[in-house]
Amino acid sequence: MVHTAVFAVCAAASVAAGVAVFRVDSMARATLALLASFVLAAITLLLLDLSYLGVLVILMMTMEMMIMIVFMIMYMMNPAGLMPMTMVHNNRGALAISLAVFAALVTGIFLVPWPDTRPGTPADPTLQLAEAIMGSKMLVMMVIGMVLFATMVAATVLSTARGRYDRYGDRLRRSRPDDPIRGGVGR
Amino acid sequence: MSLELYLLLAAALLTVGLYGALSQQSIVMLMMGLELMLNGVIVAAGAFWFYASADRPDGQVLVLVVVTAMAVEMAMGFAVTTAIFRSRDVDMVDSATDLKD
Repeated sequence: MVHTAVFAVCAAASVAAGVAVFRVDSMARATLALLASFVLAAITLLLLDLSYLGVLVILMMTMEMMIMIVFMIMYMMNPAGLMPMTMVHNNRGALAISLAVFAALVTGIFLVPWPDTRPGTPADPTLQLAEAIMGSKMLVMMVIGMVLFATMVAATVLSTARGRYDRYGDRLRRSRPDDPIRGGVGR
Repeated sequence: MSLELYLLLAAALLTVGLYGALSQQSIVMLMMGLELMLNGVIVAAGAFWFYASADRPDGQVLVLVVVTAMAVEMAMGFAVTTAIFRSRDVDMVDSATDLKD
């Protein structure tokens, strides 16, 4: 009973916070609303005995949204939300498509005959996950590792203002880098 | 609680995110919509694990993959935003339509 009440409150609040992301004027507030939506959705995961994954999502999203606030304030023209603004295109079309998708998903949810019998939950779901990623699902973990490494390299390359080709020429043959301000003591 | 209720929550989160991804003009707000969509997938995968296959770890591994996808999406999204803003002062999706031509 308590579980159901907590789920209902968290689910409703999570969706409401998700809607608020696109309704508030301030970019910092939008990011914090997104954080609230993530944390409330993660609490519903905690109700499913997924203690490790729930806490992982909460911690990761808290860090991610703190970084996101910085980027939001950097890139938005109205970061403080001092004046009302809407930055949407094709609002009605997007609303119609979203509602149609929601209706289709709800129809599917209630029409599909889901399995009635619930398999027994393992004594320790975290141990089950740990044994899986170190055993039968190790390939998934290895791919995730490679993808994260590639992401780090690609993100650094994309966000670098002046790369080595700017500094050393297209053929990297320049003996001294072409920098706006030369480094070193004798500059 | 039941699987249907969890899937309803997931569907609601996914469609709110879809609305944001389709309607927002700012690249960063668009990414927020994408993150909300992935959040719905996380809830659905967790619920499927608990109600349909708790004896196997596949659902949990799927949640882990989606969480990673979220992190990668945010890192690459901000890197691309930084690159395009630096080179052309573009921070709106309407100004970045090169592939349309």
